[in-house]
Amino acid sequence: MTPVTNDPIPVTPSADLWNKYAHVLSMGIQNTLVYRTNFLFRAAFGLVPLAATLFLWEAIYADKPAGTAIGAYTLAQMVSYYLLVTVVDAITAVAEDDWQIAADIKDGAVSQFLLKPLDFLAYRLCLYLSGRVIYTSVALIPVAFFLFFQREYLVGPAEPLGWVLAPLSVLMAGLLQFLIAYTVALLSFWVLDVSTFIFIQFAFEFLASGHLFPLDILPDGLHRLLLWSPYPYLLYFPVGVYLGRIQGAELWRGFALQLAWVGVAFLIARFVWSRGLRKYTAVGG
Amino acid sequence: MPSFSRYAGIYAALIRYSLIHEMQFKVNFLLWIVVEALWFGLQLAFMTVLYGHTDQIAGWSRWEVVLLVGCNQFIQQLFHTLFVTNLSNLSELIRKGTLDLLLLQPVNTRFLISVKKFEIGNILNALMGLVVIIYSLAQLGRVPTLAQWLGFAVVCLAGLSVHYSLMFLLACISFWTVRAQGIVWGYYNLFNIARLPAEAFPRGAYRAVFTWVLPMLLVSNVPAKLLAQRLASPWEWLALLGMAVACFVVSELFWRFSLRHYTSASA
Repeated sequence: MTPVTNDPIPVTPSADLWNKYAHVLSMGIQNTLVYRTNFLFRAAFGLVPLAATLFLWEAIYADKPAGTAIGAYTLAQMVSYYLLVTVVDAITAVAEDDWQIAADIKDGAVSQFLLKPLDFLAYRLCLYLSGRVIYTSVALIPVAFFLFFQREYLVGPAEPLGWVLAPLSVLMAGLLQFLIAYTVALLSFWVLDVSTFIFIQFAFEFLASGHLFPLDILPDGLHRLLLWSPYPYLLYFPVGVYLGRIQGAELWRGFALQLAWVGVAFLIARFVWSRGLRKYTAVGG
Repeated sequence: MPSFSRYAGIYAALIRYSLIHEMQFKVNFLLWIVVEALWFGLQLAFMTVLYGHTDQIAGWSRWEVVLLVGCNQFIQQLFHTLFVTNLSNLSELIRKGTLDLLLLQPVNTRFLISVKKFEIGNILNALMGLVVIIYSLAQLGRVPTLAQWLGFAVVCLAGLSVHYSLMFLLACISFWTVRAQGIVWGYYNLFNIARLPAEAFPRGAYRAVFTWVLPMLLVSNVPAKLLAQRLASPWEWLALLGMAVACFVVSELFWRFSLRHYTSASA
């Protein structure tokens, strides 16, 4: 499944960490290029439901007096929200990573990481990053085309500080996204077919990350409750930071929670990996 | 001349085989039902949130939209039961050259490709859709007549046929590009718009394409409108039936064209 894992990785005792993983990164980019048409279709087809959602909201606002806000969103702000969700999602979403990790475990490719001075999590993180680089560049074509038609709604960050904080929160969102996918894929150590778990996790993520709608149009109690879960920090929070909707104490609490969830997800990932190895039988390895 | 009873016999055997296969992995079987139920719940939750902020969308009331989502679930899950796994698998059959074996069988190849695996679990999810349909009809205070239920069955079959033909068409692209997973995956995105009220889309290119080229805005909308007794004119269901026939004919022509371009992958 993954030609990547079969390539020998030149590791000399003197090779420092950076060189080693930079090599994985560049290899990942070369291998992911195979998927470029796949990615293009994915990004282009993904715009169909996005357009549908925007039409749906326009129909809802059309029945109300001009300038009406739903939650705290005018139509223009609502459209901006979905456009930014699309951009953040293109940058951070896992594409094939979880399936590949599951396959690595199933066909025994994981064995070589037990023998080589290469950390599996760091290795997969590099591949995730290279995958994101390719996906984002390919998705840029259809997404830019779409954004061009909606350009009046594509606003810059509300405040200068947003140029720094928004990328930072997107970066952490990417890390969290990867760690969640990685951990779910590690369930392959125990179960035969991990795809059900991937889809169940994704269903929760779809709703609670703010992919489907901005979380602050929910009843206040539910919205506040969701903010304690890791999911809002995948999409809703970075987009809110960019749009300047999350400010002051809420902003710093959000960053603290995002960082905390990245840390917790990392510890869980490590724990599940070490428990998984005890179960591992290296089939075909 | 293929005889009906012979094909019925083959299909019965395939279903039996699928059942035996499925029962080997009982937990997985149940988990897939949970996955589909969860995504259905998600769609209903989305509509609930929207209707928390509005009374109607493009003239559709809350329970009419729930009815629409139910109809969509019903048709989509029947489509899953019968075809989705098989059509997704076509690119693998081509990549590995397994298609050769199927081409040599003394049975219509398209039939064999399309119905090989029967996903029994999705029937349960289709029934969940049906329960939601009946519940929302009760909320709307509508009691469809027997003739309307029969009409519903016919338009659902037409919708099913549209989904089948379009996905088959897309799957045939894998005769040219080996990695067609992205294409099949893309079909799921098309699926998604079928559960939205067609009237929410402004008259324009988007609505025209998804009515007259890829008739996603007909497949679930027409059955729902029929049950809710809000079909504006008989043209609406005639359009769906017409598109169902058109899509099937195009997919058959493309299938034959594709087969002529098939070069086996194995020796």
